Amino acid sequence: MLMPNAPLIEARGVTKIYQTKDGPVESLRSLDFSIRDGEFVSVVGPSGCGKSTLLKMVAGLLGVTAGSLTLAGQPIEGPQKDVGIVFQSAVLLAWRTVLDNILLQAEIRRMPKAEALAKAQKLIAMAGLEGFEGKYPWQLSGGMQQRASICRALLHDPSVLLMDEPFGALDALTREKMNLELQRIWLESKKTVLLITHSIPEAVFLSDRVIVMSERPSSIAAIYDIDLPRSRTLDMMGTPEFSVYAKKVRSHFYAQGSLDH
Amino acid sequence: MLRRLMLSPTLRPFLLIILLLVLWDLAIRIFSIPAYLIPRPEQVVGQLISEWSRLLNESWKTTQATLGGFALTILFGIPVAMVIAYSKLVESYVYPLLVFSQSIPKIAIAPLFVVWFGFGILPKIISAFLLGFFPVVVSTVMGFKSVEPDMLDLARSMGATRLQTFLKISLPHALPAIFSGLKVSITLAVVGAVVGEFVGSNSGIGYVLQVANGNFDLPLMFAALVVLSSIGVILFLAIDVVERLMIPWHASQRQLF
Ligand SMILES: Nc1ncnc2c1ncn2[C@@H]1O[C@H](COP(=O)(O)OP(=O)(O)O)[C@@H](O)[C@H]1O
Ligand SMILES: [Mg+2]
Repeated sequence: MLMPNAPLIEARGVTKIYQTKDGPVESLRSLDFSIRDGEFVSVVGPSGCGKSTLLKMVAGLLGVTAGSLTLAGQPIEGPQKDVGIVFQSAVLLAWRTVLDNILLQAEIRRMPKAEALAKAQKLIAMAGLEGFEGKYPWQLSGGMQQRASICRALLHDPSVLLMDEPFGALDALTREKMNLELQRIWLESKKTVLLITHSIPEAVFLSDRVIVMSERPSSIAAIYDIDLPRSRTLDMMGTPEFSVYAKKVRSHFYAQGSLDH
Repeated sequence: MLRRLMLSPTLRPFLLIILLLVLWDLAIRIFSIPAYLIPRPEQVVGQLISEWSRLLNESWKTTQATLGGFALTILFGIPVAMVIAYSKLVESYVYPLLVFSQSIPKIAIAPLFVVWFGFGILPKIISAFLLGFFPVVVSTVMGFKSVEPDMLDLARSMGATRLQTFLKISLPHALPAIFSGLKVSITLAVVGAVVGEFVGSNSGIGYVLQVANGNFDLPLMFAALVVLSSIGVILFLAIDVVERLMIPWHASQRQLF
């Protein structure tokens, strides 16, 4: 249906103003970008600059105040069928096992049971969660909980995966491991990924392109193409090419203050 | 074997009770407290044995009133709390009024219930309901409101209907809080039933208490208090069992899981 490399997500002049008790708060000012089908794009920016707001608008959980935001050519109005979301915390239901948590997606979307179960088992295998299907969230480490929530986000086979600082709560070692696995999952599934992160190395390591946001009211400060070969290894983080990209991204934050989180 | 028995968690409260009884007896002997101030434990036990059938009979009546009030608490408290949790408007109207009504001493208005509802079981039920209502509402509201916003966003992203979100997410999430409210509520409902019996009744443990009080029959009074507390404990434990069955996944229950 879509042309190869046609824009899957397209933002034109997207603006978000929150109406609060203390008056309107302009969170995002006139964003323009487009994300191609199958592309891995990260958004980095200072805390409070509207990254989560942007992600929720793409998911159709929040309306845009002005501008146009489209997914596969259709304006995004209301929750989208073709999207899966992963949040910073795994938000697993404590009373459900790992498998049942993943199947929540199927239950709510009323997917056929047998098909959903088969898909869930495939995802569980892919995420390295075999043997943990029957465990409850509190019996899992933070990294495993987040893998389960990624499986849940992929269960209905969406073409877009939205991730809001998914590894922000993990320790540095687990985080690097999860980055490798996310790359593998992405290479296998060829989903379009929009990843929000406050880790510059994470953004550079994973992305085809990095969108850098400025302070509030935020707009896009720069967009960088990351021309590093796939699949990338953690060792590449030490290479001069990698450092050049990281430095470029980082320069934005030293110019305007810090990337405090 | 005996050691194991002594250390078993179910027996621990009883061990403590025996210890307290011994201390009670010792205190009466050492300070030679006269029997018209505090009866001796064996007198109370004597009354418990000799008045057994009467106490059992009256405690059944108190239990009925308590359960009636508790049923009303569940029937009204949980839906009211849900509406408060879901609607800011209702919350702003109803919550302050609830807090206000809670501050009215029930014992002061209990005689009115007799005027309104007669001498039957109804005023007792109402009194039990009024005492038990508030804790259930407060904790249920808290339970429903403490669902993580991300969790709700997630449900919405899946296209969940309000009913689906409620049944699959909010309600199970609120259950532990609801149960903790119910546990406080059941013990207060017992007190409420007794308050009802104090002011206008010729049956129930509250009535026995009042008669014993009028006759300076301290052993009977203490015996009635023991029975009353037992009602509270048994009802509390019953809810505890239901809770374990319904929310085995909750952190408070995990050692049994
Ligand atoms: N529901 C809301 N109502 C009003 N203001 C909001 C709301 N959500 C976010 N904001 C404001 O919008 C700005 C961006 O928030 P957010 O998108 O969460 O930032 P980020 O994810 O980049 O940290 C913040 O200043 C925040 O205070
Ligand atoms: Mg955020």
